[in-house]
Amino acid sequence: MSEISYGRHLAAERRPGVPGRRARLAGALTSPATRRLIILLLIAILWEVGARLQNNPIMLPSLSQTAAVLFDGETAADLLASSFASLAVLLKGYSIAIGCGLVLVSIAVANRFARDVLTTLTAMFNPLPAIALLPLAMLWFGIGEKSLVFVLSFSVLWPFAAAALAGFETVPETLRLVGRNYGYRGPAYVAQILIPAALPALLTGLRLGWAFAWRTLIAAELVFGVTARQGGLGWFIFQNRNELLTDRVFAGLAAVIVIGLLVDALVFRSIEAATVRRWGMQK
Amino acid sequence: MAGAVSGSPTVLEARGLTLDFPAAQGSLRAVDNVSFTIRQGERLVLLGPSGCGKSSILKAAAGFLSPSAGSIALRGRPITGPGPDRVVVFQEFDQLLPWKTVRDNVLFGLKRKPGLSTAEARDKADAAIERVGLARAASAYPHTLSGGMKQRVAIARALAAEPEILLMDEPFAALDALTRERLQEELVGLAETLGFTLLFVTHAIDEAILVGSRLHLLSAHPGRTVATFDVSAFGPGSWGSQDFEHVAGEVHRILFGGALRRSARPVLQEATYV
Repeated sequence: MSEISYGRHLAAERRPGVPGRRARLAGALTSPATRRLIILLLIAILWEVGARLQNNPIMLPSLSQTAAVLFDGETAADLLASSFASLAVLLKGYSIAIGCGLVLVSIAVANRFARDVLTTLTAMFNPLPAIALLPLAMLWFGIGEKSLVFVLSFSVLWPFAAAALAGFETVPETLRLVGRNYGYRGPAYVAQILIPAALPALLTGLRLGWAFAWRTLIAAELVFGVTARQGGLGWFIFQNRNELLTDRVFAGLAAVIVIGLLVDALVFRSIEAATVRRWGMQK
Repeated sequence: MAGAVSGSPTVLEARGLTLDFPAAQGSLRAVDNVSFTIRQGERLVLLGPSGCGKSSILKAAAGFLSPSAGSIALRGRPITGPGPDRVVVFQEFDQLLPWKTVRDNVLFGLKRKPGLSTAEARDKADAAIERVGLARAASAYPHTLSGGMKQRVAIARALAAEPEILLMDEPFAALDALTRERLQEELVGLAETLGFTLLFVTHAIDEAILVGSRLHLLSAHPGRTVATFDVSAFGPGSWGSQDFEHVAGEVHRILFGGALRRSARPVLQEATYV
């Protein structure tokens, strides 16, 4: 009997492609998603324990308190409305910046002087945090959405333009020759060769622009909300701190993180998976 | 000159073709006073060491370079720019558009052809893909293909476009020896079936004799004509024959001035006897 079970054990160990329970557990632990989850869990425990020890919800509310506030209907509704307000402004500024960026880059690709102008401007404005322009924007456009959109567009325009220009300049010579060889010229050449060949860089630029836009917007909103009835997420955080509703401040911060990650994962990663990764242009 | 094509109309003609490149001091002469004629159905190989300007001549034929003296003309009309009547197959694998499937890559070459309906273009593309034996890979993306398959797609794309002349710039140079041999044979087979006109650039003597019906030998720095050879008698079957060895040796002597050192070419059946 013992011999038979021993044999069975061996057979189970040797069967290829069917790892044992211990191996499976180890495999699950080494998968990146699981490791991330474990790290998140550790942070959550640390936060909960730390907050309970500190025992002052105005300075540091615990995870459970924050979660409770998040799931009580009123805060959640406020958060949702604030998020939509932020995203609406963001979309406006982002699309203006991408539009301007594409126009600037098109001119720069066609003209050497324009290219020098653009590279100088991107080099100049890259070290300048767009938020530093907010006081000036308020002077020019007043306290309101216009100032936010201006600062936001500024934060997106330069990193996007730099990435896009680099993308167009590094289109392989062979591809350019192939396009011209088969009779593609002007707009058809740009649409059929240059844009798809530069797509990996364009997507990187869009993604970078999104990260800059989101940060800049939240920071700008901390100074003032949108003048309409509903302010954005930054304003939500600022207001709740003023009222010492620290749990709601934490809920606001969590929303900023979650939205930032979601857009990156759902929008940009899925676009990449459907295009440049599928075509083997990016690993 | 091959008898079969001597009476055929001229497709491509270079007269005193001279090509210069801008360099640090003035300009650099790459090709000096080269003349040749390619008749319909002929396969002319430009053969020479690196620096003989053979690729530059091909680029001039494609319309990417304009001559600084002399002329190059397609069916009597001077070449002024690139166009789908002279299609190039490059050496580089990245000549395929990575964002298009094999079929769409071939269709890409047909889109600019006037008066071709979508259905006709599709039929032409599928026929060309079939010809190079890639029907099963028609909806694959280029990055999933081997180097040999990529070059086959490039050839299919060029064939589908039905150019006046096919221009090939060392198309097999980046392939391993066995794949290269197979593709050389396939190309000669296709040329014999379809009768296309070909300008082929290489620095490999064996390849030149196998693929070409006529050789045009060039010297380096700058590229000048040294000799021409009729090699229409040689095909894939004649490798290693005495005549073949003789011509290869002669070409080598003219180009490099020394005796021919045979390149290691795998002859598997003979190797087993040794």
